[in-house]
Amino acid sequence: MKILIIGGGTGGTILANNLARRLTSELKSGKARIIMLSASDKHMYQPGLLYLAIGRMTPDELYRDQASLLEPGILFQVDPVEEFMLDDNRVRTRSGKTHDYDILVIATGSRMFPEGIPGLAEHAETFYTEESALKMLKRLQSFEGGKVVIAVGVPHKCPMAPLEITFMLHDYFKDRGLGDKVQLHYTYPINRVHSLENVAKWAAPEMDRLGITYETFFNIKEVDGEKKILHSEEGVEVNYDLLISIPAHKGMEVLEKNDLGQNGWIPTNRTKLNMEGRSNVFVCGDTSNIPISKAGSTAHFEADTLGENIAAIVKMGAPVREYDGKVFCFIEAGKDRATYAMFDYQAPPDPKAPTKAVHWFKMAYNQLYWVSARGLL
Amino acid sequence: MAEKKIVDACGSFCPGPLMELIVALKSSQIGDELEVLSSDKGSANDIPEWVRKVGHEYISATEADGVWHITIRKSK
Repeated sequence: MKILIIGGGTGGTILANNLARRLTSELKSGKARIIMLSASDKHMYQPGLLYLAIGRMTPDELYRDQASLLEPGILFQVDPVEEFMLDDNRVRTRSGKTHDYDILVIATGSRMFPEGIPGLAEHAETFYTEESALKMLKRLQSFEGGKVVIAVGVPHKCPMAPLEITFMLHDYFKDRGLGDKVQLHYTYPINRVHSLENVAKWAAPEMDRLGITYETFFNIKEVDGEKKILHSEEGVEVNYDLLISIPAHKGMEVLEKNDLGQNGWIPTNRTKLNMEGRSNVFVCGDTSNIPISKAGSTAHFEADTLGENIAAIVKMGAPVREYDGKVFCFIEAGKDRATYAMFDYQAPPDPKAPTKAVHWFKMAYNQLYWVSARGLL
Repeated sequence: MAEKKIVDACGSFCPGPLMELIVALKSSQIGDELEVLSSDKGSANDIPEWVRKVGHEYISATEADGVWHITIRKSK
C-alpha cells in the first residue's frame, strides 16, 4: 500500500514518523511505502517567528534539515505537487514526475494573504515569515514612541499570536523605557477580542489592566500608508505610527488552482479527517476547512489520529478512531508569564491566570518541538 | 434593481458567517437584500449586532431545521 504525504510541516512530519514506527514490518517487507513530497528541504518551527520578531530567538534556531527529522524508511523528496488528479489516485510534481497512491494525505499548511487588503502588505509589519519577522524587529528597534496598532484579520494561523504579540510588545517597550511613550491599540473583526469566547473573557481585562486599548467589530478595509490611517469595513478610522498586522490567511495556492477548496481550505470531515467525498484522501493541519484553530497542536493531534487510522487501514482494512477536536495552545501574556488554552469539540477552553511556570514550560517546548516533530512527544 | 442574495455559510463557525457576509456586501448594491444561512447559533447574535454598528438594515433572523436565516439590507 502506497501512502503519499504532501507537505513536510508539523502535521505531515509527525504523521510520517508516527506511521513509519507503526508500520516498521510492513515497510521492511514492502507491503507498505511512505513517500513525502515537500516544497523545502528545511523544516521551520513557525511559533518561533513570534520570538524572532522581538529579538528573543535567532533565525538559525528555527530550522532543521527536514530529512534529519524523518524515520528511516520514509522516502523524502523536495518536489512540490502542482497537480492533483484525485479521480486517478495520482499527483504530478513540479519536476514533472507523477506519483500514484493508495492513500493520500494533504498537509500543505496555510499562508498569510496581506495582498487581499489594499495597502496592508506595503505598510504593515508582520511576523509570519522569517523575512517579515526580521523586518519587524528592525522597525521595533528604531521605534521611539507613538501609537502602535495591532490589527487582526481572520482566519489566521496560530490563534493566540495576536494576543501574544500584543502582551509581549507591552513588556518589550516597557523594558526599553518607552512604556509611557507607546500606546498599544488592538483591533479584532468580531465583537470581542478573540474568537474563542473564554479566551476573550480572559484577555480583555488583561488588556484593561495593562492600559492596552481595543476596538472590536473592526474588519480591515484598507491602509492609507501616506496618512498612516487604517480604515475598517465598519467605517472607523484609526491613526497609527506603527502598524502591526496579523493578516487573514488562505490555504496554499496549489489547492485553489486545483479547485480542492474555497480559498485553499479543503472540505474535511471533522472526525474522520478525510476529504469530503474521498475515502482515501485525508487532510491534516491548517489545510482543512474544519472550524477549529489553525495551530501546530491541531496538526499534531490530527496526525496522531491519522497515524493510528492509516496504520489500521494498512493492517486491518479500516480506521479505528475519531479526531475529537483537541487543541492545546500556550498563550504568552508578556515576557515572562504565560497561560494556556486546551479545548476540543465538546469542551471550551478555560485559561487561568498567567504564571512564570507556564512561560518556562513554553520556553522548554520551543526546544522540545524537535522531539515532537519526530513523533516522540 | 435591488436583488436578493443568499450567502450560504452553513458548516462555517464564528466568525466565518460574518466574514462571508462582509465579502458578499462588497459585491452588492445599496438596497440589495442578503440572507445569510448559518448553522452556527452565534451568528444570530453577532450578525445583527454588526449590521447595526455598520448602519445597514437588519430585517430578520429565523431558525429552521438547525439553520439560521439572517436577512439584512445593504443601506450604504
